[in-house]
Formats: sequence, C-alpha cells, structure tokens
Amino acid sequence: MKVRIPTPLRSYTNQVSAVDADGATIGEVLEDLDRQFRGLRFRVVDEQGQLRQHMRIYVNQDMFRELSTPVQPTDEVTLMQALSGG
Amino acid sequence: MAEMGSSGGPTLLVGTRKGVFLLSSSEDRSSWEASGPMFLGHVAQHVVLDPRNGTRMVLAGRTGHLGPTVFHSDDLGVTWTEATRPPAFRTGEPLERSLSAVFWLTPGHVDQPGVWFAGGSPQGLFTSRDGGDTWDPVDGWNDHPMWETWAEWPEQNTPDGSMLHSINIDPRDPAHMYIGLSSGGVFETTNNAANWAPLNLGCDAPFMPEPDPEYGHDPHCVRLHPLQPDRLYQQNHCGIYRMDRADARWTRIGDNMPTDVGDIGFPVELHPLDPDVAWVFPMDGTDVWPRTSPDGRPAVYVTRDAGETWTRGDTGLPSPAWFTVKRQAMTTDRESAVGVYFGTTSGDLWASVDEGASWRCIVSHLPEIYSVEVGYPAIGYPELAAS
Repeated sequence: MKVRIPTPLRSYTNQVSAVDADGATIGEVLEDLDRQFRGLRFRVVDEQGQLRQHMRIYVNQDMFRELSTPVQPTDEVTLMQALSGG
Repeated sequence: MAEMGSSGGPTLLVGTRKGVFLLSSSEDRSSWEASGPMFLGHVAQHVVLDPRNGTRMVLAGRTGHLGPTVFHSDDLGVTWTEATRPPAFRTGEPLERSLSAVFWLTPGHVDQPGVWFAGGSPQGLFTSRDGGDTWDPVDGWNDHPMWETWAEWPEQNTPDGSMLHSINIDPRDPAHMYIGLSSGGVFETTNNAANWAPLNLGCDAPFMPEPDPEYGHDPHCVRLHPLQPDRLYQQNHCGIYRMDRADARWTRIGDNMPTDVGDIGFPVELHPLDPDVAWVFPMDGTDVWPRTSPDGRPAVYVTRDAGETWTRGDTGLPSPAWFTVKRQAMTTDRESAVGVYFGTTSGDLWASVDEGASWRCIVSHLPEIYSVEVGYPAIGYPELAAS
C-alpha cells in the first residue's frame, strides 16, 4: 500500500514523500517501513509500542492510534505529526 | 557559517534547542571560527567528542514530535550516522517506561574504549560498547528495586521532565560510578552498576519532610575531580557542596558565597589540574525562582581553596542581563591558563582565557544553548601534568 511520509521523517526515505509498504495492520506497516528505512519506526512509536504523543496515523480519511488497526492493500496510510516543540 | 578547519586550539561543541554548532579556536584562543548549524531544528541536548580518541562525536537529539535518538560522527560532523539501536527501556517491562529524551552523554573509562553512558528522561541509564551505535539499558540501575522510589516515578518534578545526569566514572576503577537524578539525589555504585546507594547526607532538601533525608534531593550538576577522584563538587537546587569521599557527607561550601548572591545555580566546573578550583554561575533562586543572575548582574564565581572563599568574575559581562545558564552549558578547557566557557539561553557563548577573571562573547544569536563541551579533535585530551 501507499504510505505518505511527513517532512520530518523524509531524512529516512531519501526525501521521498510516498513509499510502498506491506502489512495487515498499522503496526506491521510500520515494521515494514523500518525494514526499508532503519530507525524510522522508533521516531514514531516508543519502546512500549505506543504511538508517540504528537504522531497521528490516518488510514484513508480516518485517524487511528492503535497499531493493531487492520489495513488493506488498497488503503492509503498517512503518517502525520503535530509540529510541536516551538 | 564557514566550514571548520583544524586550528590547534580547543573546539567547543554547542548543543542548542535548534541544532549543533562547533567553534574552533586559534592556538592562543584569540579567534574563533564557527560552523553549523547541523541538525537544524533538532533539539541537540548534548554533544560530546570522545576524549579518548578525539574522533568519535556523539549527539543526543530529538525533535518536538519525533522520539529521541543518538547520532555519531567521526569527521567532526561532516557526516553523521544514526545509532543502529538508540537508547530505550526494555519493551514490555513492568513499568512501561518510554524514553522521552536522551539528556546526558559520558564517554566511559579510558581502559574501555568504545564504552559510553547515556542518562535519560525519565531517569534511565544506558550504555554502549561500540562508540554509541548500539545501546542497552543498564538493568542494575533501571530495574533496581528502589528505582521507583528514588526516581519518584511517575512524578516529573523537574520543569522539563525528570532526568538522569552527571554520570561520573572513577578514573581508578571503571566499576565505580556516580550519577545525579533531578530529582532524586546523588547515587553511587562500586560494582559496575549491579547495585546502588544514595549519597546525599549533608545536602539540604527543605522541600522534604525530614531534615536530612537519604534521597529525594535535586542535584543540578555533580563533578568528580579526575586527579583527585575522591573529591566531588555539586551544584544543587539547594546550594553548592563539596564532598571528600571518606567523609561521606556533603559540606555546603556555598555558605561562603556573598549572601546577596546566594549559592543557587545549575553548572559547576572544575580546574583540570587543581582539585581546589571550581567555577559556578549563580542564579536567582528567590521568590518564584527566576533562574536569572541575581539582580540581573551576570557573574562567574571561582573558588581556589575548595570552597572556603569565592571571587567574582564579571569583567566584560553585560549588566543588566536576564539569561539563564543551564547545567550542561558551562565547561573548561585543558590549556595552561584554563579557559572557561558558558552558553546562555539567549544564544550567546562567552569565553574567558584567564580562568574566569574577564570575559568576551565569541558568538551571538545562536538558538537557546543547552550544552557546551570542549574537545580536542584528532588528539583527544592533551596529557595532563600535575604541577
């Protein structure tokens, strides 16, 4: 499926804004992204498997925070974040 | 800014709220050349050049929205590599801790090349054995049965989050180490982090219910003297202290500071050769704790007799001025007339090449400065010769 990458994470994707990844859940998609772009997942998900506070994940038009959320190959996943920090 | 060249003098590594800057000096430290920013927009909490080899530079970084990580460079920041396994608590651990920041970096013992330690927020301790590329939790600390109590988990009693800092390794024995917890106190291990004990007696903590509690204090910065490792200095939330380890009790040497200045502050820095010499940067700890210089008159104070007397050094410093100097934002070099440096929350970097007597600003308008460290690229630290 297509995964849209926000600008703060594009240092991991050679500045590519959309990549392909596989997985049956949001969590599996993130693990596949980490296989392709080492280090990306830990910037998004903490060591206890929780989405970091200011991260958002959309599947098509709907926002989810649970990594167990199922996804389909035809879905479009978008990683977003509140640009916090000032 | 220009690319940094090799110039013979010390190099300052500056971590800021918005990235990393380096300043290299001429041999006589009369001119400074800045390079950067690197990692523009990243919170660069601490940047350290390994004194054991003068090559490996390690950076603790994060952003406001992405998780914490560590980068390392072997070419003074021309290229960086992210840690293959950054510091993190163990997945699935009972307390479900997650690291929000890598706050402090300390290279390991000289006989353990490649070993580094990192302190986190919350107050976890982590170690690397490969120059900062892969990191593991130090279980003897993070899983200590008293950790929740000592670290006051899950309270976050420090404004930017509770943190572990001031990792001091005994140069005689790599298994002997001190750490500081804000808040929590000073703790010591003598068996390679397998067990720990509080080391806070004599240190004031008027915010605690008992008069001389065993832990619960708020050390801001703790330093061990490399040539006299049984001498410790501490700038605490509640004063300036010295401990000669055999006494096992802190002495409030800040009582000898002028009463209108007080002895509140964040950093304490030591002379590399003389264990009786230390510098502090007093902050206003009255009322609601402005954490700016008392009366708006910035000054460094130095003791040359282990805290018996203090001398003010403010020649060249602005007045009035209302900045803060954070606990990692002051350092000393290894030159014969020791250079003292501090960075401000308003983004200025000040240098003294006469041991704190007079000051000049060597770079202005950086982002808020979080840390300042000295490095000697390629040669590590120059050999010290006790006088």
